[in-house]
Amino acid sequence: MHPALLGVITIVIGVSGCVGYFYGANLLLDKVIFPARGPNMGRNINRREMIRPWIFLFPAMLGLGLYLAYPVFATLRLSFLERGAGDVYTFVGFKNYVQMFAEDKFMEALRNNILWLVVVPAASTAFGLLTAQLTDRLRWGNFAKSVVFMPMAISFVGAAVIFKLIYEARPEDVAQIGVLNHLYLTFGGDAPQQWLTIPFWNNFFLMAVLIWIQTGFAMVILSAALRGIPEETIEAAVIDGANPFQIFFRIKVPQIMSTIVVVWTTITIATLKVFDIVFAMTNGQWETQVLANYMYTKMFVARDWGMGSASAMIIMLLVMPILVWNVYNARKEMR
Amino acid sequence: MADLKLTNVGKTYGGAVNVLNDINLDIKKGELIVFVGPSGCGKSTLLRMIAGLEKITDGELQIDGQVVNDVPPAQRGIAMVFQSYALYPHMTVRDNMSFAMKLAKKPKAEIDAAIENAARILQLDDYLDRLPKALSGGQRQRVAIGRSIVRDPKVYLFDEPLSNLDAALRVATRIEIAQLKESMPDSTMIYVTHDQVEAMTLATRIVVLANKGIAQVGTPLELYERPENEFVAQFIGSPAMNLLAGEIIETGAVTKVRLDSGLMVASAVPTQTADKGLKVNVGVRPEDMVVAAGDAIYEGTVKFTEALGEVTLLYFETPVDGEPMLAKLPGIHQGLRGSTVRVCAAPEKVQIFAGGQSLYYR
Repeated sequence: MHPALLGVITIVIGVSGCVGYFYGANLLLDKVIFPARGPNMGRNINRREMIRPWIFLFPAMLGLGLYLAYPVFATLRLSFLERGAGDVYTFVGFKNYVQMFAEDKFMEALRNNILWLVVVPAASTAFGLLTAQLTDRLRWGNFAKSVVFMPMAISFVGAAVIFKLIYEARPEDVAQIGVLNHLYLTFGGDAPQQWLTIPFWNNFFLMAVLIWIQTGFAMVILSAALRGIPEETIEAAVIDGANPFQIFFRIKVPQIMSTIVVVWTTITIATLKVFDIVFAMTNGQWETQVLANYMYTKMFVARDWGMGSASAMIIMLLVMPILVWNVYNARKEMR
Repeated sequence: MADLKLTNVGKTYGGAVNVLNDINLDIKKGELIVFVGPSGCGKSTLLRMIAGLEKITDGELQIDGQVVNDVPPAQRGIAMVFQSYALYPHMTVRDNMSFAMKLAKKPKAEIDAAIENAARILQLDDYLDRLPKALSGGQRQRVAIGRSIVRDPKVYLFDEPLSNLDAALRVATRIEIAQLKESMPDSTMIYVTHDQVEAMTLATRIVVLANKGIAQVGTPLELYERPENEFVAQFIGSPAMNLLAGEIIETGAVTKVRLDSGLMVASAVPTQTADKGLKVNVGVRPEDMVVAAGDAIYEGTVKFTEALGEVTLLYFETPVDGEPMLAKLPGIHQGLRGSTVRVCAAPEKVQIFAGGQSLYYR
């Protein structure tokens, strides 16, 4: 069958299935299980109104449970198992974890992740706040904002490819196509550098990609928050004699602090999970390993399910507190 | 504690939209000047120009004899109280009030003394360490006023400071502002409002703004008793002054006007012989109309009445395109609806306007 036709049929079946589910389930509840008639009419109506929300929640809960909650527990279980000969799994307790923490590559990934965690959210939020403030009163500010926001529309792998070109190094006697090497040579550098192979600093070259992407996100959210600040408080500060810097840091920033925290933690979570950029640019070589790529390598390259799952659990443990704080702040913001 | 002088001040936005023209005003030290006018008349804009939040595009503003057109707001010696309070939400009451002095790097002892003083005047002592969100509307407005007092400005600017308060609190805060003014007799205050009662009760002088300019400047009672033009006559006082068209038939110390309805009115506004035959509008306030025997100035059917207890408002039947006609009678009057009522007014309460301008001011 023609794939387009197949697609249309799938959509029709899917949508009508959804409609049918909601319609049918409600009908069943109203007419058969708790009908609004008979001796228990009042009780029936109350009960069915208590049940109805669950009809609507059920599909989402099933989906999330099957594809999100169950894998968490399955991964936890796997992290305590070891695969032996003939695909026999045996319980080994914390052996996978102990072995992992003894590995240099894992400690390197952990160290790098912490470095990412410190640099990326701070830089993205700072640049986002700066662009939001600077573009606010500009006539072409909206255009500038769209340009800064654009990287958000690019996939991490796509962005990684773009930056690989920026960091590209060609032999010395050939014209440089990498912007960074071109600039480096123009401003007195001796020879083109293989930027991504310089340990420690190459981490920052990778981080630049994520900062480039996340700045747009931070800018959009913070720009909306800045616009929400009552104009009178700024005018009052002007009359009180505050200069633009004092207005920004002592009047504006404190008023949008909760939004800054939400943006910061959201980017922190994205940073903890960073995988594609490292995978596409260095694959963890030259001391650029991060936890997510380490997990991928263990799980799908080395086929070591136990160690892979154990590293996945570590990532989840690290994300969890930040996620909780993020949700807490986002809720506070909404109130 | 300063004189203000506005000379031919005007405001044009973007070189095209003109909102204020030729404002000339002399404000003396210690006065409380109230700007009133209909919405969009530019009263807030004028205040913001004095504050320095809006650029003065025409004319000159002097504070204490010094031209301040290009002086930044903080150096003009003004303090402003905003309608929305404009408190810094992340700072305690104390920090809100001390912000300006901290920016000016004043010594801590001086700041503390100023805050203590302001808190005492405004009874804010117990709230100094609270955040604005933990205060009621009236308390917030007091903090905003306190923030001004702490700066010890030459001129206080109030931009509709009571508009966000509920009715009862508005009356209480109005009295507080009046007392505050009394306790600081030397400070100059400019107060913008659209509320007549605030204007009448607080002002040393009222500036009525209309049509991009000043319609009249005067004490509250001058404006009430001797409006310079029909606009002020109808803007000050509630309900608005009644206007009746007619023609002058007798001139002198007492002027007589024959109204279009054929009735005769006497007015204490003096006129000259040459005014005879002049087409005029006669103005009488609803509260000056009395139901009594004598020369009626109006006779009509009462369409409906509003009994407020203290007064009763009579709305007369008017022709479709005619001016509305009202009388405000003291006390309670029942059963007047649908009946024909004759009203008269004392000559000294009757204004005469020709071409919109009062004949009293010629």
